[in-house]
Amino acid sequence: MSQTPDPLKGYRGRARETLTRFGVRVWSDVHLENDTGSRFSGVILPRSETFDDLHIVIKMKNGYNVGIHVDRVNGIAEVGYKEAVYKIPEKEFPRQDSLPNVTLLGTGGTIASRLDYRTGAVIPAFTPGELYGAVPELADICNLQTKKLFGVFSENMSVEQYVVLARAIGDEIAAGVDGIVVGHGTDTMGHTAAILSFMVQSSPVPIVIVGSQRSSDRPSSDAALNLIHAVRSAAYCDIAEVQICMFGPTSDRYGLLHRGTRCRKMHSSYRSTFRTIGDIPLAIVGREKFTYLTAEYNRRDRTRQVVIDPVYDDRTTILYYYPGMRPDVVDAIVEKGYRGIVIAGTGLGHVNKPLYPAIKRAVDRGVHVVMTVQTLWGYVQMYVYDTGRDLMNLGIVPLENMIPETALMKLSWVLGHTDDRGEVRRMMLEPVAHEITQREPHNGYLIMQGGLPEIDEWIATHWK
Amino acid sequence: MSSTIDYAEVGLICGLEVHQQLLTERKMFCRCPAGRYTRTHDGEVLRHMRPTLSELGEYDGTALMEFKTKKNIIYLLHKENVCTYEMDDTPPFLVNQQAVDVALEQSLMLNCDIVDEVHIARKQYLDGSIPTGFQRTAIVGVNGRLPFRGRELSIVQVSVEEDSCREVSDRGHLVVWRTDRLGMPLIETVTGPDLFTPEEAAEAILLIGRVCRSTGHVRVGMGASRQDVNVSVRGGRRVEIKGVPKAGWAVRLVHGEAVRQVNLIGLRDELRGRGFTTADSIAVTSADVTGVFAASELTRLRPDEWERFVKTDSRRSGFELGAGEYCVRAVRLRGLAGTLNWPTQPDLTFAHELAGRIRVIAGLDQAPILYHSEKWPDYRGALQELRKIRSVLQCKPEDGVVVVWGPNEDTQTAVNEIRLRYLDAIDGVPNETRQPFPDGTTDFERILPGPDRMYPDTDSPPTAITRERVQGLKVALAPRPWDREARYAAAGVPARVSHYLIRRGGASLVDRLVAQAGADLKLAGFLIGERLKGLRRAGVPVHQITMERWLELFAALKERPVLGEAWDWIVRPMAESPLLTVREIVDRKLHGPEPADWRAAIPTAVEAVRSRLGGEDRPKLVRASVRGLVRALRGRVPMKDVVAAVTAAVGGHP
Ligand SMILES: [Zn+2]
Repeated sequence: MSQTPDPLKGYRGRARETLTRFGVRVWSDVHLENDTGSRFSGVILPRSETFDDLHIVIKMKNGYNVGIHVDRVNGIAEVGYKEAVYKIPEKEFPRQDSLPNVTLLGTGGTIASRLDYRTGAVIPAFTPGELYGAVPELADICNLQTKKLFGVFSENMSVEQYVVLARAIGDEIAAGVDGIVVGHGTDTMGHTAAILSFMVQSSPVPIVIVGSQRSSDRPSSDAALNLIHAVRSAAYCDIAEVQICMFGPTSDRYGLLHRGTRCRKMHSSYRSTFRTIGDIPLAIVGREKFTYLTAEYNRRDRTRQVVIDPVYDDRTTILYYYPGMRPDVVDAIVEKGYRGIVIAGTGLGHVNKPLYPAIKRAVDRGVHVVMTVQTLWGYVQMYVYDTGRDLMNLGIVPLENMIPETALMKLSWVLGHTDDRGEVRRMMLEPVAHEITQREPHNGYLIMQGGLPEIDEWIATHWK
Repeated sequence: MSSTIDYAEVGLICGLEVHQQLLTERKMFCRCPAGRYTRTHDGEVLRHMRPTLSELGEYDGTALMEFKTKKNIIYLLHKENVCTYEMDDTPPFLVNQQAVDVALEQSLMLNCDIVDEVHIARKQYLDGSIPTGFQRTAIVGVNGRLPFRGRELSIVQVSVEEDSCREVSDRGHLVVWRTDRLGMPLIETVTGPDLFTPEEAAEAILLIGRVCRSTGHVRVGMGASRQDVNVSVRGGRRVEIKGVPKAGWAVRLVHGEAVRQVNLIGLRDELRGRGFTTADSIAVTSADVTGVFAASELTRLRPDEWERFVKTDSRRSGFELGAGEYCVRAVRLRGLAGTLNWPTQPDLTFAHELAGRIRVIAGLDQAPILYHSEKWPDYRGALQELRKIRSVLQCKPEDGVVVVWGPNEDTQTAVNEIRLRYLDAIDGVPNETRQPFPDGTTDFERILPGPDRMYPDTDSPPTAITRERVQGLKVALAPRPWDREARYAAAGVPARVSHYLIRRGGASLVDRLVAQAGADLKLAGFLIGERLKGLRRAGVPVHQITMERWLELFAALKERPVLGEAWDWIVRPMAESPLLTVREIVDRKLHGPEPADWRAAIPTAVEAVRSRLGGEDRPKLVRASVRGLVRALRGRVPMKDVVAAVTAAVGGHP
């Protein structure tokens, strides 16, 4: 961290030359005059390295940014220098003995943040003091402690992080907290929720994963409300499982608690993107209360002993089957040394015949092949057609209604324990955290079809 | 403290921000159609706006105020005109380059310097008018100027931005917005503070309007152009009168604001004279006096009356209404007697300033919003009740009293807001955005936000504007209105007509007719600028006439100018029967060219009329005879020749 920051941050080539020539740098307060005599007064901003090397960006006094072409710069005079200080004001988080203790574990997603008005950069608020400054409502809910485990984007979460996270959760539980919140980017939140459901079993307290779909630097952000919902769930909710807590509808109304093994991000940008697949959510988190939607969950119980089992083998993959898939794909995976393949098959769990020999070769080489459905909803039922029965005879394990990403996480976790075919099969089929359920309720599958008169009528009269 | 002031003496200064919607097919950051308005909706979203921390770690002044109002915001959606971008559930798509082009054109028209790289910024709005909480906006041109009243009006900048929602209702803590207009591209033209009288402000609005219209690429009609007028006087502060719909309104609004600021400066001096100089010096206390009015003849304050209001106006607790029981709250203003009746705008007093803030920030909006000791209503028991609350508040004679009512928590917000408004008064004129009304008054809308609410839009990459692009637009640029006006004036077209032509887009047609059909400018200006109005008003679809047909008509006119006298007879079928050529229309409507023997037939025609009418009223006889000949001769023979021939024929029979 002793590296000196580049005073011409992001500027390359001719733009960099121009700044150097006039002896100014990023954050210089300048008067820039162009070839027609227009004067631009303001601060030179850092430039994104992916942009061209022909423009200098100035944040003008009125708050707007403009880019000026280097060919048109007649002169730049520095009149001051104002470096941005990326610091969030800290206010001491008030402690009240009567309130529950909650720990927020940070993985890198920003839930609360401050905005840098000059660059638009988002500066994460993370310490209790910073969070209190950004979301003061939290102090009425609990005594909050925070721990930053690592700072990675959601898509970079991986095996090392899963293990660290599971252990940290174990430590917090051992320390006696009343609930745990995990701040997480939303893209791979479902994967993390699934793996934690296997690595952290029989938790005595709620473990609630939360993030935001609109970053917290925006007035319309869902971040603050999501955080409030999550912290309240960790502090008071009765469900002592790994859960995802995110917006129910896109309106600012209530959050939903989804079971970690059955939850999936279903829209690239909607606030209400997370949905429980093949079942209903656990509970509604309202402003005043929790509405439990099921009685089937592990209740909060401080005497229960948590089991932390943080093993993982990342030599696993998902094979998303498509018509005409060539068998050499499977061979390639095997050759590269993978130990487990989750197939997301069509329909009830199918792949085409030309793949069979390749699958047989894989199984024969000791690779564990399991079947899920790319329809996401519904069960793998390979005994219905001959093709399915053939596949089972090859040694593929049908995973009932486990969703593909959860199956990948579980297979990785199981292969961290054993390589024995029978044992792998037994562990994959024995539900740990409802990743396989015995029944699918009829309201567990609802993708309402817009355009139908009754659906449109419902949409028109309810806050989306 | 008067309604007539010398603008130069008080140092009146105005500047404009003129907003003009662009005629693009789609919206600015998504692919929804632009300009498709709906009155109904098929979806709703409920949201709240939360202020984001600014660089100093404090909430921006406006932001803080908006958050205090704790507004529930509902957006009405219609599938026809919004997608998930407008409801802030999808990030922006790349900026509509057609909109950027029009903004560039406008910048060129105004002699602006074009920005080399356009950067999208976010401008925060927490009133809910934009679901993201900010407007995406970008400067495309700076440093322009245009001729105005023999001097120059400077143009600070031209920006292109997305339009906001239309307000449907604002009741208590609930504001409802319609999203159809949201996201439509518009340009904002910002002038320098170069206008010094209300009339100049109005005139400049019209002038910039003509510049916008000159591009031919802007929308017209209700709401397509709106302006914010910034006003200050010496010693006052910039106040933005937002969304003035018509130039004509500006005259009274600017005058009213100048008077308001002069009076507020007077109040500032009065307050300072009384020793109010610091925040601590303003002492405001309050008490719950609901009981005093339980059976009052001032029915508005009675709890039963409130219950009736809540019911008939369907106000829901925790939604339109703030928290708490109904409360009448009396507020003591220590040492501030006489200030409530202090004049502000013409015919209004300082109490109106308080009411505006209470309405917006505390969400107490039941008219008249407050009662006060300097204009206590007259009813039986009025004096006793006023005395009662004064004694509850332990008022001294030099204290003022304000009474507000509504949900308890809102009344407490109101008390604090009263204190804050007095604090501003010590300082003179607060920076505000004010909403205009047709009667020429304005009311508080929000605190004027500062540059701190602007920050880069990290969702949108910058657009480099190449010199080739600018050059291409320059070549195709329509004439600037002042150049055109000068040319038209030289040809004898009255200013009124040329303004009309520029505003309604007829000028480009006139120019083409002159250039391509060799039409006479004055005549073309008259026909298109004046004669077309009548047909348009009569509902004839003249806009459907293609350029080719206009050229055909004016070529025929050049050959036979007399056809112009049969204008309506020819233009109406041109609009209504697009399949007929101009020649066919002329042939059908006008029975051929000038008849060789028309003069010979005149005496007979006059005789026939004379015998029908009887008498010897010669002017009447001339009129009636000409009228009889119009049907057969209009567009074939110049009417002045017909009149001369008829007059001669009439005169030939003494
Ligand atoms: Zn759209």
